[in-house]
Amino acid sequence: MITAGVDVGNKFTKVVILGDGRVLAKSAVLSGFDQAAASEEAMAAALDKAGIGRDDVQHITATGAGKNEVPFARSTVTEVGAGARGALYLFPAARTVVDVGAEEGRALKCNEQGKIVDFAINEKCAAGAGSFTEAMARALEIAVEEMGPLSLQSTRAVPMNAQCAVFAESEVVSLIHAKTPKEDIAHAVHDAIASRVISMVRRVGLEKDLALIGGLAYNAGFVRSMEEGLEVKAQVPEDPEYVTALGAALVAAEKAGEEA
Amino acid sequence: MSKQKYPTEPLQCWAKAKELREKYYLDYRDAHLKGGLRWAGGAWTFDAVPRGLGDDVYPLTSEPYGATIAHNKELALECMEATEKAGYARDLCSYMRIYWGSILLDKYPFGGGYPKPDFIWQDHICCSHAKWYQVVKDLEPAIPMYEIDVAVGPYHEINEAKIQYVADQILDGIEWMEKVTGRKYDDEKLIAAVKDECRSTSTWAEICSLNKAVPAPLDEKSMYSLYVFGTLHKAARWVADFYEEVRDEVKDRVARGIAAVGNEQCRLISDTQPPWAFLKVFRYLERYGAVSVGSLYTFGLEGIWEEKPDGSWGPRTTPMEKGIEIKTREQAVRINVEWNLSKPEWQHFYHPKFKTGMMKRIFDEWKLNGVLLHYNRGCEGLSVGIAENRLGLIEAGCPVMTFEGNMGDEREFDEVATFARIDAFMESLGFKKQY
Repeated sequence: MITAGVDVGNKFTKVVILGDGRVLAKSAVLSGFDQAAASEEAMAAALDKAGIGRDDVQHITATGAGKNEVPFARSTVTEVGAGARGALYLFPAARTVVDVGAEEGRALKCNEQGKIVDFAINEKCAAGAGSFTEAMARALEIAVEEMGPLSLQSTRAVPMNAQCAVFAESEVVSLIHAKTPKEDIAHAVHDAIASRVISMVRRVGLEKDLALIGGLAYNAGFVRSMEEGLEVKAQVPEDPEYVTALGAALVAAEKAGEEA
Repeated sequence: MSKQKYPTEPLQCWAKAKELREKYYLDYRDAHLKGGLRWAGGAWTFDAVPRGLGDDVYPLTSEPYGATIAHNKELALECMEATEKAGYARDLCSYMRIYWGSILLDKYPFGGGYPKPDFIWQDHICCSHAKWYQVVKDLEPAIPMYEIDVAVGPYHEINEAKIQYVADQILDGIEWMEKVTGRKYDDEKLIAAVKDECRSTSTWAEICSLNKAVPAPLDEKSMYSLYVFGTLHKAARWVADFYEEVRDEVKDRVARGIAAVGNEQCRLISDTQPPWAFLKVFRYLERYGAVSVGSLYTFGLEGIWEEKPDGSWGPRTTPMEKGIEIKTREQAVRINVEWNLSKPEWQHFYHPKFKTGMMKRIFDEWKLNGVLLHYNRGCEGLSVGIAENRLGLIEAGCPVMTFEGNMGDEREFDEVATFARIDAFMESLGFKKQY
């Protein structure tokens, strides 16, 4: 059985194609303003990689902020539900899942069946989401991919007090003026994001294992800050950005099974 | 498609409710044409007291006025922008900003310019209440203003001295009213108003109690159009009489099993004022067969409650039902003060645990599946402690969803994100979208 999950995120649209529980292909494109077109493009790329046609896919489930814009999806699932499903597929012992994407951060608590017990989502604040890292990388005049490795070189914790991305940016500028090393500033930025996300984790209550998913989990500096803040080792998948799309593909497999 | 489980039918009282509400705003506007008086104050002020000035004295309560304009997105934005342009901060109470904007723009949504009150009769519940009419007076310096401090602590700690402290301010206020209006005060009209207020607020609590029935005869979206009368003029005889009509109709709906939401399968409550320009949130919930049966806000902002002998929550027994005869101004004022100090929505200003306790009670007695908490940026007073309420409810085993918004400022509400949260919450509760 072949199914697909489409995760239309605020920044990237990701597709995962599953064949009998095995990932056949993945793809990601920028979501842009036309989410329907982005989902078509991402789907076409994934089908191409898998070497199959659209008709070979029995069920397609969409998720993410633009889930209702996917013209070819037969069903939808919430980001929360898909994230938990995907994370538990990869880490069956995970009970707390942290999903931080470009514009939204979420902490999910689930049971062994992957059912959501409680969840928290960041309010209208960019300080707990990936776009904050991008803004801070711009302020530091480095590529966003460099933020993680750079911060790991830091040996000094510099406190950042601002609770808001806008004020934090001006604080970063002040640190630059004070000749604070870039690695320490990058460390401070990750600690600041982690602190916002950790407050969401504490809201739902941390239960081991902890899995980190979403694009920000690529960032080793953020992962370190999360682990230090929560005093727990986190499970991070190889491709954290695709976990929610994977969850949607798993839901699609269930739906296809029900239909059969 | 929707899975209709129960019969539904429109509320018979709906048309009358619309007429009465419009008449209220027009009566206030046109009071001077008939030689009457206009006064302004908060929805929680002691509105029974000005009734002693005569039958031609009409109030304009500030929060419902703000909400009325908030429902009109364009006018609300115009008002708030006028206020912000005048130098007031955007994070202040949105009702207050709208109200001030209405003065600044000299616009009244029921036609004409802002109808200036002859006097202000206000009490101080929250910081915004304290500042509200201070600014109105800055804008309209000639309006005399009287303010009453009610911060005497939670009701379970009430004592004679606290009641007297508030009552003395009101008694002084009556003399002040006579002076600023030039009218002689009629104690018999005061006594009648106090009785009407007890009747209306207790009857509203009775109406809300009827929503314990499954299926719920009322949904909160409709209740907003009914509870509002308690906020407009709870001490008016026409409000008390209308609530008795509503109660009889709702009783009849319960007896016949008439549902507000025909596919009811999930029962919720919300909290604080909703984002008025986005009441479609409640329609969206209905796609899951979810009905909001009320909130501490709709139940207890004006409804007066008591614990019944069986331990359940129900309408407070009125002094008249207890056979108490009100004979003097002083007695009427003391009864009115004690009655108002028992208001559920006043309690959490002293500690969030009081609100959590009442919400847990509602969760159990109204047979709920979950609670929607509105992190309402527009109301400092009613939002204070909500995060504590969330924790308390979760610890007590009640599923909770939070969403961020603003009762009056649509710029702070994200419809798509809120619907996505509802989807996730419903999924976590195990309910599927029916249509």
